[in-house]
Amino acid sequence: MSEFLQFLFLGLGQGAIYATLAVALVIIYRATGLLNFAQGEMAMFCTFVIWMAWDAGLPFPLAVLVGMAFGFVMGAVIQLAIIAPVTKRAHGNPLPVVMVTIGLFLALSSLAPIIWGTDAKVFPVAFGEGSIELFGASITHRVLGTLAILGLEVVVLWLIFQRTRLGLAMRAVASNEESSALAGVPVGRMLMIGWGMAAAFGALAGGLAAYVGLTNTLMLVPLIYAFAAATLGGFDSPGGAVVGGLVVGVVTELSAHYIPFIGNDLKLLPAFLLILIVLLVRPQGLFGKRQVVRV
Amino acid sequence: MTAPALPRPSTATTMAKVVGLLALAYLLYWLPTFYKASQVGTFIRVMTLVLAAMGLNMLTGYTGQISVGHGAFYGIGAYSVAILVGEYEWGHFPALAVGVALSFVVGMAIGIPALRIRGMYLALVTLGLAALFPQILQRFSDITGGTQGMRVSKFEAPEGSGLANDQWQYYVILAFVVVAFVLVRNGVRSRPGRAMVAIRDNEIAAEVMGVRLSAYKVLVFGISAALAGLGGGLLVFNTNYVSANSFTIELSILILVMVVLGGVATPWGPVIGAVLVVYIPEWLPKDIPLLDVEGSALGPVLFAAVLILLMAVAPDGIMGLVRRIKGWALRQRRAPDVPGPGPNDSVPSH
Amino acid sequence: MNGALLEVANLEAGYGPVEVLRNVHFSVASGEIVVILGANGAGKTTTLRAISGMIGCRGSVVFAGQSIRGRRPDQLVAAGIAHVPQGRGTITDLTVEENLRIGAYCRRDGEVDADIARWFDVFPRLGERATQPAGSMSGGEQQMLAIARALMARPTLLLLDEPSLGLAPLVTKELFAQLATVNAETGTAVLVVEQNANLALAIAHRGYVLEVGELVASGSAEELMTDEAIRKAYLGF
Repeated sequence: MSEFLQFLFLGLGQGAIYATLAVALVIIYRATGLLNFAQGEMAMFCTFVIWMAWDAGLPFPLAVLVGMAFGFVMGAVIQLAIIAPVTKRAHGNPLPVVMVTIGLFLALSSLAPIIWGTDAKVFPVAFGEGSIELFGASITHRVLGTLAILGLEVVVLWLIFQRTRLGLAMRAVASNEESSALAGVPVGRMLMIGWGMAAAFGALAGGLAAYVGLTNTLMLVPLIYAFAAATLGGFDSPGGAVVGGLVVGVVTELSAHYIPFIGNDLKLLPAFLLILIVLLVRPQGLFGKRQVVRV
Repeated sequence: MTAPALPRPSTATTMAKVVGLLALAYLLYWLPTFYKASQVGTFIRVMTLVLAAMGLNMLTGYTGQISVGHGAFYGIGAYSVAILVGEYEWGHFPALAVGVALSFVVGMAIGIPALRIRGMYLALVTLGLAALFPQILQRFSDITGGTQGMRVSKFEAPEGSGLANDQWQYYVILAFVVVAFVLVRNGVRSRPGRAMVAIRDNEIAAEVMGVRLSAYKVLVFGISAALAGLGGGLLVFNTNYVSANSFTIELSILILVMVVLGGVATPWGPVIGAVLVVYIPEWLPKDIPLLDVEGSALGPVLFAAVLILLMAVAPDGIMGLVRRIKGWALRQRRAPDVPGPGPNDSVPSH
Repeated sequence: MNGALLEVANLEAGYGPVEVLRNVHFSVASGEIVVILGANGAGKTTTLRAISGMIGCRGSVVFAGQSIRGRRPDQLVAAGIAHVPQGRGTITDLTVEENLRIGAYCRRDGEVDADIARWFDVFPRLGERATQPAGSMSGGEQQMLAIARALMARPTLLLLDEPSLGLAPLVTKELFAQLATVNAETGTAVLVVEQNANLALAIAHRGYVLEVGELVASGSAEELMTDEAIRKAYLGF
């Protein structure tokens, strides 16, 4: 029982990271109907900025905020300079824009080692090394803190989307771009803010994930987990992304521990199967509203 | 749809094409007789990637789908040959046949859900496959060697051929590429091929065509994967070595870049794309001023930038760009007497 | 015409190489209701979309003395033009009240809540459904919501694209009556394009007739209603 709890909490801790990245994916999907394949690499890039800020002597939480601010600007600039013009010329065909996100993936993952070198960077462990005992299982402060951050994210997201003018406008654009423009919402600015917000959440995910050591492959596999989380929860549901992230984290850790065939090497298998099965059986996910599979 | 009557190609154009092909044939024959083995190894790598890109090009050209997972199919071919030859001491060709068959089957297995999972969602599934593949290699590292890699016995030139091993490998692989190129071209021009291209972007027409079309689509996915598998298998003929580090997501993305760079749905696109993607990093200067990196490290950054730029200005790739410039030049020449047709290919309803 | 609120001259617009409008001239004065009649495909929707900056156009579009050609839709809302597109254009995932709030997005004053209450008074059925998603309402209710949402911007000119489309005759009648009331009470000018000439002319001050991209007739509502040819073509008697 205590062993089960041990891995359950480990899974929840990882899941909170996937959930954070999945929220980023969902924000962009809602705003632009797009799967952003570069989300993980954007997060990795911002995590290097966090590392630089921390390495320069900033306290870690502040460094994370610096990275998130960098992410916000980066996301907004990418949307304005690259995504918007390509979208305009693609005439409703998402594939050229998807190709652009794949191009960004490649660009960022190969730029990072050029800028920061190939050696893994030592990265602080958020909330320190200690742990507490609970029902005979030991839970690290890191896992508890990560979960607390996730809780905070949920509250902040809810406040932004449900209680602010900006959030209302972003929801309007997500639902109907043309009508929103006619109602006076500057759609382009909303999309920029959406990309910025998403990249900032990605930076947060990177800051929580990089305790294992920071290289340019940091978010490669977590991106797939995050996609699995977003698929499960529904690409247009931020709440679904949070639930999906926790489920994916727990399923991954428990199956790695209890199913010898999967073990530590084949951890990605459950997430991959999850993506495949959900897309086939229930493409709108658990909490998604719309039939999301477009051609 | 009524096609405009194409002007009969003039004798001069036909002659130029024949001369061009003969020159290309001679060049391909001559290359390994002049360059040393390490260079020939690079030629071989290009050719195997041409096969993978041809496979992906077929998928994209026929069905309008993109796959971010062709590196995995390439890897399936490579590891089939490596394991069967290296561990079970099979001959190279039977092992290659198994590799092609296996990637065909896995391709079909992805192709069936791909009937329902389309566009960027299929890209997601194939990206997942590309991420999963190295983990599978690691999980079964007792037979794959994992990231340590494994050695495979050489594919040797037959005695008395007078060819060095690398030359022999080169010609054998070249033969595969040429045959595959011709088959794929004829496939595109066949009746089912043309039908698929015609309805590629028209889902309603696709639904009218119904089940037979679905079967073709799955088949195309299988063949596309098999071509990639063939490329990967043939690579091992030359490298005698495989490692899990060589079959990453980046490889899959680069194969996609080859197709898009060269031009989707054009026969020469994958060839041009593979040559550029392999050689541009080699051509970049060794020392870049101000940056403490080797030039080749900038290759992927450059591809990514070109890819993004191409999507913004010419989503149909370099071959498409060439075609457009040609068309533009043609219109310019004709302009004085006959106004050329305007770009009236898409008229949105209002 | 001097002092016109909206003055359109030489308007040409289309989609890609397809020209839809040629040489269109018309004007709307402050507080006026103007109708543009025309059959399907005559270019009515294109006219409105060109004015509100949703498609590119050539010619001159002057609003309140300033050229507005090439401005973005959201900038025009702030300038005082609210456009209710064909097919209503409510934001179906938002609640009725949220739709009204979005309509006031360009406003920075503190009277948004008061305006919401006001339009709930004018359109009581919207008030009853304030917290429901807009997508759950009937066509007529959504059309009312779309108009109320547009009015939330406190526009000086309201553009309406076939408000009667898909509505039952009785509902349409009620809607036009409400439009006339709103116009009388707020002084908002209305430019409405319609196929339903009877109802539109009944509340309009002036009208134009658009045929395959060109204006072929204009006049006061009474003149148009009594014109033999127009009666035959658009009024059906």
